[in-house]
Amino acid sequence: MSFIDRSTKALLLTELVSGLALTFKYMFRKKVTINYPYEKGPLSPRFRGEHALRRYPNGEERCIACKLCEAICPALAITIEAEPREDGSRRTTRYDIDMTKCIYCGFCQEACPVDAIVEGPNYEFATETREELFYDKDKLLANGDRWEKQIAANLAADAPYR
Amino acid sequence: MVGFWDGYVWPGVVILAQILLIVVPLLVAVAYLTYAERKVIGAIHLRKGPNVVGPLGLLQPIADGLKLLVKETILPARANIGVFVLAPIITFTLSFIAWAVIPFDEGWVLADINVGVLYLFAVSSLGVYGVLMAGWASNSRYAFLGALRSAAQMVSYEVSIGFVIVTVLICAGSLNLSEIVMAQKDLWFFIPLFPMFVIFLISALAETNRSPFDLPEDESALVAGYFVEYSSMLFALFYLGEYAAMILMSGMTVILFLGGWLPPFDIAPFTWVPGIIWFGLKIALVLFVFLWARATFPRYRYDQLMRLGWKVFLPFSLFWVAVTAGAVVAFDWYPS
Repeated sequence: MSFIDRSTKALLLTELVSGLALTFKYMFRKKVTINYPYEKGPLSPRFRGEHALRRYPNGEERCIACKLCEAICPALAITIEAEPREDGSRRTTRYDIDMTKCIYCGFCQEACPVDAIVEGPNYEFATETREELFYDKDKLLANGDRWEKQIAANLAADAPYR
Repeated sequence: MVGFWDGYVWPGVVILAQILLIVVPLLVAVAYLTYAERKVIGAIHLRKGPNVVGPLGLLQPIADGLKLLVKETILPARANIGVFVLAPIITFTLSFIAWAVIPFDEGWVLADINVGVLYLFAVSSLGVYGVLMAGWASNSRYAFLGALRSAAQMVSYEVSIGFVIVTVLICAGSLNLSEIVMAQKDLWFFIPLFPMFVIFLISALAETNRSPFDLPEDESALVAGYFVEYSSMLFALFYLGEYAAMILMSGMTVILFLGGWLPPFDIAPFTWVPGIIWFGLKIALVLFVFLWARATFPRYRYDQLMRLGWKVFLPFSLFWVAVTAGAVVAFDWYPS
């Protein structure tokens, strides 16, 4: 009996027809395409994108040159040099991230005790040359100034889960 | 001199104009078939397909063609240059010369010859030469394997296509394509010959190297099969040839089974529409099935393909030829 059943199904192409019916139904479903540069998908507050160095509201930079991020960075992408400033506070003189090495693991922002280095929501920082991806302190601070609003909102949104 | 002008030059000009009248719309149709393919498969994948170049992406085929046109034609150092260049030209030409016998409407046919079916069959069989030459001349393993597969596949499926055509001929009583269409005036052949219609559709997929039988190009195993070494305009000729062959096979399906230019019902609102529009609509329908199948089915394995062709389709179509011929003789249904 099962032989007859199987043969009939094979002869009448039932499985092929049901497959075609399924794909035909899918043709009229709502499209999931996003017109990328004009429309973008949603991002989680935890999204790890381009790095930024943040400042306090009074304009003082947050980073205290503890070098925890440099120590934890698995890709050895961060290079920090530090000296005491004239007012005696400890600050970085150099804070470089080699974005070509970075693996966007987020360990640096986890390690940071003052929320200075963070990975912001920006993922559109492709460049035409390799050199442009060797970020220095000025670039990172500029990123911080540019994205501060979103970064602060994201940190606040994620705070209850920490 | 009068005999020379009236006898040779003037008919020559008329025929040339007729050829252009067929080839130019056909090239446009081929270009927009690639667009339709991307749109249909996109829709099935829940994507939008090309929608950036021009309104609804309608200029995309033109942009693609232009891109291929301005690229460099790379001739591999160890290829046999003559055959290498000739192969895509042959494929392209063969997929177009078959249209000489296709009747677009009653009397709208370039060459109304009485062996139209044989001519079509011969031309579509010759298509394998372009592929074989490309595979051999490329001097590349992938291309060669692709060409071998293609040759074996096209030969295998041509056998069952041959038997399908024989059953249609038994019912139509003529090898002239226009007369085959007119024989379907009362009943399109896909109704009495439905199993053969299905076999013909599937064999047409294999004959044109379309998915799920696209083993000759099998990009996951053979990179691109027989045209792996081709670039630019030579590649474009293969591409155009493949799609023109698809339209041709759809045209053949329509003529043999779906009543060619005849309207679906021989009553007033349907008969107002000119035959060529019915013909085009039916071809579009069959082409949609081609694209639909591509979006639905995974690729066959090579041995499965051969098994299907020789152990299933060949005996089945042979059996059906016998059944049809027996029925025609037993019930005296000879075509007039």
